[in-house]
Amino acid sequence: MTSTAMPTAEQHGFRPHSDGAFVPVQTRSERFRSVNVEDFAPVTGREHEWKLSPVAAFADLTGGELDGSRLEIETTDAAGVDVSWIARDDARIGRAGIPEERAAANAWSSFGEALLVSVSGEDEKVVAVTRHDLGVAPRAAHTVIEAAPNSRGLVVLRGTGDARLSENVEIVVGEGASLTVVSLQEWSDDAVHLASHFARLGRDSFLKHIVVSLGGNVVRVNPSTHLAEQGSDVEALGLYFADAGQHLEQQVFVHHDAPHTRSRVTYKGALQGAGARSVWVGDVLIGNSATGTDSYEQNRNLVLTDGTRADSVPNLEIETGDIEGAGHASATGRFDDEQLFYLMARGIREDEARRLVVRGFLGEIVQKIGSPELEARLSAAVEAELEGR
Amino acid sequence: MSVLEIKNLHVNVDTDQGTREILRGVDLVINEGEIHAIMGPNGSGKSTLAYTIAGHPKYHVVQGEILLDGENVLEMTVDERARAGLFLAMQYPVEIPGVTVTNFLRTAKTAIDGEAPSVRHWVKDVRESMSNLKMDSAFAERNVNEGFSGGEKKRNEILQLELLKPRFAVLDETDSGLDVDALRIVSEGVNRAKANTGLGIMLITHYTRILRYITPDFVHVFVAGRIAEQGGRELADRLEEEGYDRYQVAEPAVVEAAAE
Repeated sequence: MTSTAMPTAEQHGFRPHSDGAFVPVQTRSERFRSVNVEDFAPVTGREHEWKLSPVAAFADLTGGELDGSRLEIETTDAAGVDVSWIARDDARIGRAGIPEERAAANAWSSFGEALLVSVSGEDEKVVAVTRHDLGVAPRAAHTVIEAAPNSRGLVVLRGTGDARLSENVEIVVGEGASLTVVSLQEWSDDAVHLASHFARLGRDSFLKHIVVSLGGNVVRVNPSTHLAEQGSDVEALGLYFADAGQHLEQQVFVHHDAPHTRSRVTYKGALQGAGARSVWVGDVLIGNSATGTDSYEQNRNLVLTDGTRADSVPNLEIETGDIEGAGHASATGRFDDEQLFYLMARGIREDEARRLVVRGFLGEIVQKIGSPELEARLSAAVEAELEGR
Repeated sequence: MSVLEIKNLHVNVDTDQGTREILRGVDLVINEGEIHAIMGPNGSGKSTLAYTIAGHPKYHVVQGEILLDGENVLEMTVDERARAGLFLAMQYPVEIPGVTVTNFLRTAKTAIDGEAPSVRHWVKDVRESMSNLKMDSAFAERNVNEGFSGGEKKRNEILQLELLKPRFAVLDETDSGLDVDALRIVSEGVNRAKANTGLGIMLITHYTRILRYITPDFVHVFVAGRIAEQGGRELADRLEEEGYDRYQVAEPAVVEAAAE
């Protein structure tokens, strides 16, 4: 009788093809990572992380030289929040994660100083950092948002006006802290914005991460959350409204890497006009050590006109059987005619009924932000999108 | 005095198996202030009648007329019918995610009246109607029908009936799935609406149970897409004892075509 050997990679078929091609990475957390742009091959658009993106529209950001000087920012004041610039060799940089693709690595290789937003104190507070009119030359940026243990706060990173920006945003949430980060893209029509967010959550901490993309020609915001310690919890929300010719993308990754971690990912988008395009890729990895994980991810797209395209790719990878729950869902569809009928049967005109349904559909995300002022502003922004402004 | 007239109504519905004839010549006149119970077995076309009056796009009128005070209802869009004074309390009210009950009610009231209601009176009216229907005030901030129980959805329909004040209301199996307490509360709401506005009511039901709380002036028995018999209250009592068996006809039964 032969002994039972441990399975080898080859038994699962993970071996090079006879023509010598490479073996793709099998586990989401094992993708190649580097802060150095030279470690990545030039982007062709065939790479899995780029294949749904219009790479030709931003070759300058993936392959060209980037201006790494300080961005022009405006910040609001809030007690318990310090905003400062730190040197690129500061020890507080690189704690949450490092790039997995070339645009992010190019930004990392190019930035001069990083913007540090430090949140401390247990009172609720809101701080907004606005980047306005960054010009039309390609630029790089790096931001570190850190929440001290047991602190609470809401940080808004907002972009308006022109931009050709590739950036990395690190989010470090201390033990027991509760932090909300809103990345709000209201760029002008020609803007291109590529962002990678890396969040690392400490024990029993909570992060609400919200991506709102309304303006810009190409906007790609990819948030990765590392649930690194026991009891950490992320609620990742997204809202996008793609108009004619607009490409709005988000690749969301949640890594459950400790026991009793929880994640909820909900992204909702509307598409309107010829060439309106959205991409959502949702990866959830439940690691071997992440027993008791509770995870659910979903993407919903509402298609308002012909000529739009929504890609929606939920992926779930589970390495332990001992979990609370893991689910994923995706739906892309047109208006629900029964909703329209119900509203019209109450006297509401068709165009208003349609607006009410879209507003409601996206409002579900807006309602969860937790800042009445920001919710009101976003409702107004969605309203403007609906009216084609 | 307002009158809703249905004349020789024939209605087809598109199904996966092709077009089916559901209503086969319905004649009915409802005057303001009258309550007409439409009773019949499953699949007789009761819901089709309700949705056709409201204008659901799935149903095609092939012959006949619906007139509201002489105006041709069939030429009106769904929202125009509602603004003309017709109301359908749905059997399966749909969820509208992200739209709160408060927002929805105010939007509907503004659409029906052609102007926004005065804030002071409106808030008071809504609160009073909700309290009459034993609806918790927290309902106002919930999204329309989202996560509502069956009974809560029906109460929400009657809440709209009370606040929007239509001239004619069609209640499509409002009693189905209600426990006895909810049935009583909902019935009281209907009676209150009638006392307040004197509206005409078409009460569609499979069971006689609700007629203990809402007294019909007329009872119509609906079988195979047309009215097979009509009478007063006593007809309902007879149906309770005998059921629908004596109306069984040779024609094949049609499918219940509720818009879901």
